[in-house]
Amino acid sequence: MKRRVVVTGLGALTPLGNSLRDTWEAAIAGQSGIGPITKFDSSSYKTRIAGEIKNFDPLQYVNKQEVRRYDDFILYALAAADMAVADAQLTISSGISERTGVIIGSAIGGLTTIEEEFKNLLESGPRKMSPFAVPAILANLASGQISIRYGAKGPINCPVTACAAGTSAIGDSYKTIVYGDADVMITGGTEAAVAKLAVGGFGSMRALSTRNEEPLKSSRPFDKDRDGFVIGEGCGIMILEELSFALNRGARIYAELIGYGCTSDAFHMAAPPPGHEGAVRSMRIAIGDAGLNPEDVDYINAHGTSTPLNDLYETQAIKSLFKEHARTLMVSSTKSMTGHMLGATGGVEAIFAVKAIHEGIIPPTINLDHPDQECDLDYVPHLARKKEINTAMSNTFGFGGVNAVLLFGRYKD
Amino acid sequence: MTLEEKVINIIVEQLDVTREECVLEASFIDDLGADSLDIVELLMEMEEAFDIEIADEELEKIATIQDVVDFLREKGVQ
Repeated sequence: MKRRVVVTGLGALTPLGNSLRDTWEAAIAGQSGIGPITKFDSSSYKTRIAGEIKNFDPLQYVNKQEVRRYDDFILYALAAADMAVADAQLTISSGISERTGVIIGSAIGGLTTIEEEFKNLLESGPRKMSPFAVPAILANLASGQISIRYGAKGPINCPVTACAAGTSAIGDSYKTIVYGDADVMITGGTEAAVAKLAVGGFGSMRALSTRNEEPLKSSRPFDKDRDGFVIGEGCGIMILEELSFALNRGARIYAELIGYGCTSDAFHMAAPPPGHEGAVRSMRIAIGDAGLNPEDVDYINAHGTSTPLNDLYETQAIKSLFKEHARTLMVSSTKSMTGHMLGATGGVEAIFAVKAIHEGIIPPTINLDHPDQECDLDYVPHLARKKEINTAMSNTFGFGGVNAVLLFGRYKD
Repeated sequence: MTLEEKVINIIVEQLDVTREECVLEASFIDDLGADSLDIVELLMEMEEAFDIEIADEELEKIATIQDVVDFLREKGVQ
């Protein structure tokens, strides 16, 4: 019989709050975490807004030396992992260390460190480069530092699948447990890319919202006036455990991870194809993996980036897979509040999907003032909705044509 | 401030150790928990603070706080 995988711990750090509780409360209150960029002088950029982490004190989690040496994407991951491990009341003893793995995805890794060290190199020469530059830049060092901290000696990896990285990480972690290679996985996504290279680069692709005068209204998925995504930063990490392992230690179970689907568009480096058939297939595979039918899905935490193409094609994909049921199921984009946290988004949104099942509350899509005519699903506009649900899906799609979809279910014996 | 005190101030800051641990004969690796990257970074700070250059061959000879102080004195740092 297939090994079952359950979610037992959650940790998050987002533009909405520096803990899961603050993030979730802000999300179900329909607040926006977007504001003017403070991390660098953005006055010469077309886009001058982002979803930044605010008032984060890394010294709550690490020492002074680590703060100096690690890029923010690693510090966020250490903080969120700390929250998730504590939330799961998990002790990674020597008895389970080799059966505990870590997979944290990141789209870019230490982008700010790249900027700083390259400036350093150009201005002062190679002798002045920090010996800690490379381990601060490498995207897999979030996983690496977490494994070192907890003595987690099982499988380790780092998907760098752009905006799907956090979802790829959780999906691969799920499979790692199903295949029997680990009993516990610390997994999710992290990103700290409110940085010149990212805001400049995505800006150059015309992918970002330029609604600089109204930051709170800038991320507006499925709205006819949406004009691009808003870069966010953050981290979402969850603890996955094999069911009997979790039961034996008396762990609290939030939900079960019941399906994962991953496909490629094989179409374009950045754009999805009309109808987004790759997304249709990844959702179908996740549902099939769970042994369910499309009409069993109650809620989709959409990729919903607030770009003209994504929101239209994702809607088309949902309609083409779910048919009549597309009119009934709830779809929301929490990016309307957090912005698009790139590689972290899959981690955070998987947590929202789990919380929706566990709490019976669906977080809303805010700023949906004038829905696009062709975006005509129930996007849970403006206000969170109390509703008991049994299944929640989390969609994320990344540059390079990655479509990664997780399906969570209410845990039943 | 003596040269020893200046050196120890930098070490306390860089290695996140206490002043009490920084006796002159303390070994960076064995007593202060540093690794080879920590030592590289520490000596870069020394270069910056005392406006000197430390060649890689010289770096290899440095094991204790006293070694740093002796090296700086040889370079004419007061």
